[in-house]
Amino acid sequence: MTYVDGAHRWCDRTEAARLTTTQHPPGSQGASGAPSPVNRRAKRTTFPLVDLYQTAVGKKWVMAVTGIALMGFVFAHMFGNLKLYQGPEDLDKYAAGLKTLGDPILPNSMVVWLLRVGLLVVFALHIHSAYSLTMMNRRSNGAGGGTRRDTIAANFAARTMRWTGIIVAAFLVWHLADFTWGWSFVNPDYQYGAVYDNVVASFSRPAVAIAYVVANLALGVHLYHGSWSIFQSLGSMSPRFNPRRNPLRRGFALAFTAAVVLPNISFPIAVQLGIIG
Amino acid sequence: MSTVTLNAHAPTGPIADRWDEHRFSVKLVNPNNRRKFTVLVVGTGLAGAAAAASLAQLGYQVKVFTFHDSPRRAHSIAAQGGINAAKNYKNDGDSIHRLFYDTIKGGDFRARESNVYRLAQVSVNIIDQCVAQGVPFAREYGGLLDNRSFGGAQVSRTFYARGQTGQQLLLGAYQALMQQVGLGRVEMHTKTEMLDVVTKDGQACGIVVRDLATGEITSFNGHAVLLCTGGYSNAFYLSTNAMNCNATAAWRAHKRGAAFANPCYTQIHPTCIPANDEFQSKLTLMSESLRNDGRIWVPKSPDDTRPPHQIPEDERDYYLERIYPSFGNLAPRDVSSRAAKRMVDAGHGIGPLQNGVYLDFADAIGRLGEQVVKERYGNLFDMYQRITDENPYQVPMRIYPAPHYTMGGLWVDYNLQTTVPGLYALGEANFSDHGANRLGASALMQGLADGYFVIPTTISDGLAPLLGSPPVPLDDPVFAQTEQEVRDDISRWLSVGGTRSVDHYHRELGKIVWDYCGMGRNRTGLEKALSEIPALRAEFETNVRVTGRADEVNQNLEKVQRVADFFELGELMCRDALHREESCGGHFREEYQTDEGEAQRNDEDFCYVGAWEWKGPDTPQALHREPLEFEYVQLTQRSYK
Amino acid sequence: MKLTLKIWRQEGPRAEGRFESYEVPNVNEEMSFLEMLDGLNERLVEDGQEPITFDSDCREGICGTCGITIDGKPHGPWPGAATCQLHMRAFSDGDVITLEPWRAAGFPVMKDLMVDRTAFDTIVEAGGYISVDTGAAPDANEIPVPKPVADAAMDAAACIGCGACVAACPNSAAQLFTSAKLAHLNLLPQGQAERFRRTEDMVETMETFFGSCTNYGFCQEACPKEIPIDFIALMNRDYLKAKLKNRKLAGRQG
Repeated sequence: MTYVDGAHRWCDRTEAARLTTTQHPPGSQGASGAPSPVNRRAKRTTFPLVDLYQTAVGKKWVMAVTGIALMGFVFAHMFGNLKLYQGPEDLDKYAAGLKTLGDPILPNSMVVWLLRVGLLVVFALHIHSAYSLTMMNRRSNGAGGGTRRDTIAANFAARTMRWTGIIVAAFLVWHLADFTWGWSFVNPDYQYGAVYDNVVASFSRPAVAIAYVVANLALGVHLYHGSWSIFQSLGSMSPRFNPRRNPLRRGFALAFTAAVVLPNISFPIAVQLGIIG
Repeated sequence: MSTVTLNAHAPTGPIADRWDEHRFSVKLVNPNNRRKFTVLVVGTGLAGAAAAASLAQLGYQVKVFTFHDSPRRAHSIAAQGGINAAKNYKNDGDSIHRLFYDTIKGGDFRARESNVYRLAQVSVNIIDQCVAQGVPFAREYGGLLDNRSFGGAQVSRTFYARGQTGQQLLLGAYQALMQQVGLGRVEMHTKTEMLDVVTKDGQACGIVVRDLATGEITSFNGHAVLLCTGGYSNAFYLSTNAMNCNATAAWRAHKRGAAFANPCYTQIHPTCIPANDEFQSKLTLMSESLRNDGRIWVPKSPDDTRPPHQIPEDERDYYLERIYPSFGNLAPRDVSSRAAKRMVDAGHGIGPLQNGVYLDFADAIGRLGEQVVKERYGNLFDMYQRITDENPYQVPMRIYPAPHYTMGGLWVDYNLQTTVPGLYALGEANFSDHGANRLGASALMQGLADGYFVIPTTISDGLAPLLGSPPVPLDDPVFAQTEQEVRDDISRWLSVGGTRSVDHYHRELGKIVWDYCGMGRNRTGLEKALSEIPALRAEFETNVRVTGRADEVNQNLEKVQRVADFFELGELMCRDALHREESCGGHFREEYQTDEGEAQRNDEDFCYVGAWEWKGPDTPQALHREPLEFEYVQLTQRSYK
Repeated sequence: MKLTLKIWRQEGPRAEGRFESYEVPNVNEEMSFLEMLDGLNERLVEDGQEPITFDSDCREGICGTCGITIDGKPHGPWPGAATCQLHMRAFSDGDVITLEPWRAAGFPVMKDLMVDRTAFDTIVEAGGYISVDTGAAPDANEIPVPKPVADAAMDAAACIGCGACVAACPNSAAQLFTSAKLAHLNLLPQGQAERFRRTEDMVETMETFFGSCTNYGFCQEACPKEIPIDFIALMNRDYLKAKLKNRKLAGRQG
């Protein structure tokens, strides 16, 4: 086989003419057996972030950065919800307080709306990068026809990121319908502003409580690999976070996951056990 | 009529100025004219990759051919130890002259002085070049380059990158080559095997190749052809060379008029892991450094089958220490190899097949502790254990010599041009710098010297007169004719339809060459080999079976042609060994030894390069002699007692 | 011992492949895995059948030519070893062993167990070098390289380009290969001048053939040279810098 010149074009000297007129599907071979590109090459743009986002390494970086933002959100969300244990007044006051963040400098609800829009963008980027990387990987993967790869090396969390991600996203929609939008077929007893009562009402139903626990376990699995993985995607080379000998990195992932998930699943359980309500 | 004249074009005058003088006297090609010349480079090892990259940088049109799937896989990659250079970074008395002298003496005074001096001169530039390319040589804590001593040299001049020096140097050259591919100055043909040289009016004008993926036979034309295709140790079948190393390119060039020099100079490395069974496909080399702390012995009684630890001290024969008390286990490669062979031949061999000798670390472990031994040799011990499933910390290693380098090759002049104008040979493929025996860590040096520094200078001398004449066009009948001969050859092999595999005949050939033209040679054996090889070849040509088609990936078809060439080359090795009635370096004729069993040179009658000219398939090659003159070194007898 | 091999047979790049079973009696446990296949091939040839096409060359684990996925594991069950270094004592009598080529869209199968890894060369061609024309180099000791840096560069440079990392990765990503080459050159002082352009060019070329990294770590488990995924992190960071850094100022900070 022959390859010529620096423009990353592939050509076979004998069948060059045929190659120029024949389109090969991605991943198939040219006449010489030389592979044709599987994925489209990113075009460089003048906007560095757009430029970055066009490539898989850039998308992983975006996924990591948005992941950190989302980790911050779930942590703050969990922390705020701990006020469930302080009683209805504190929780409702905290919820109302969120809307008056920035008061008196900024108009009412402005900060909370900015946060919501920001979160939406972050979510969209997190999901879009995951989706487009998955598509890229499907094109690149040539496992068809053979047996399955041996998958002992990677842990369960790494292998199930896509599934736990989808579960968490689906749960999120339910969760918003339950407590934010107050859709009646999701939470019939919803009352605007009565956060504590809404939570107790919802979690009193065993099916909902179980769903919350399951969804939070999925979130935990997702967080565990994600919070381990960000170091890698962001390129942390600190020896303490070395992926081979990584007690700190695993420790961080485990501690963070536990800090978010354990309180979260305690809420429905506490309601079910009658500790709250 | 003889067409071969051996004019070395070696410059005269003070030896230190010869290369300078020569660089001044060669004809040059103007930078703007270089793109008008096409150079075909065959092989992408150290010599080939370095030459192709350097010539492309100069502006020549370069086309590169390798039978590997990537240029990075050439067998230079397997070199372990290091690369010599007369940098004198250690301030231990090294100099260009000392490296020159060591190389001439190590080669048992059978190499050309001018070439060897040039090699020593450019050795320092090689290290500079490789470091700039990013070769991660070992460093000291101060950040400067580390050196070690090697192969018994009295100075530390060997640069190394762990045990993977060859790999790192090759990657450096490969990367430089790939850069030129990216710049469009090199056209790369992987999985493409050269099967013939095309000559017109006695001048090389192109090559015929087979695309190993599609089986297609095509030709390429150019103003010069560079063969950088390595050595021929696989003529022995079992060697430390890679499975696909072959002499086909060099041999086909020989059949087109290039003289083949000193084919009997082959080097046998003393510390390899012995064969385990008859299906063994190749031998693995263990670094020579093991002999620094290991003691070599065999049981005194020939039929002793006890495990080593049950053999008491007084029933062991530490034969190297006994025969060579001053050098002991550190006797040079050829000496200790031959001693091991004598022991095994006398029935003292150990191991399940009685084909090895012990290399015992028990004393070293007792003296230094296991930890120190582990630090020094841990990776080698691990490698040994992986292959043999024996723990060398507890059980002595089993070792035996194995072929691993060939000093002989295509005859070249000072410009590295063969006896066919326009056809050059670089690296192990030529015969030039190592004489009858190569020093450790010098092969990498020579390959890179030829590729980076010699050929880019000397090639213009051959090209400059061709300015204005395009290469011979591909529609010239010489190309069609040579292609047809290659195609006929291929169809002939596919139609034999015999009963035995190619490997079977390669193994049988290897046994003959090893038994009679291996570590020890004598007239009777060589004459026997010269009658057995043609007989076996006749059987091979009528009874070999090659399955598959010509127009697809067909590894047996590739192999059968290489083995066919090894048959002819093996015969020439024996003929050369028979004619050279002396012992020198890797060529040991049992009739010619001192009373102490050392190699006995005959400088009166054999101080020359023996270059053989092809005379057709049924006529023995004709010998031409290039006398060797030594002005700067004194011919002495090597002694290691 | 006696073994059954299930081997992927595929006549050419465009042909359909399938598994075929072969009985291999009299396997000696001292044999290397590839010698066992050599023996099978010799028998097949002498029986007039097509031998199995597989790549191999140096048979000491350094050239990177060999590569068979054995029971779903690239290079088989031994860690830190290439296919050619695997010996039959890793198996026992009666085993059924599945042999496949590397599976990746960027490595099309040429025949049986042989794949085309030219894409790796294309990645190196895109920037995996330090531009220094022959003769232009300064003295080798002019630029000191701290030993830890030289050692780390050597760890990365140990890559043999076999492609096991791609074969092991469910995404068929070549990040370990690419990052090892980048780390080798980007860590050394000699490689600084081209560091960011090299990173951009190699990463973007890589992505036209191979998938993305999901931080599974299969690649480092399969790697015969045990190259760690640390280098992928380094590549990610250099890629980010390549996109966001002012190159006119980049040389200042190294």
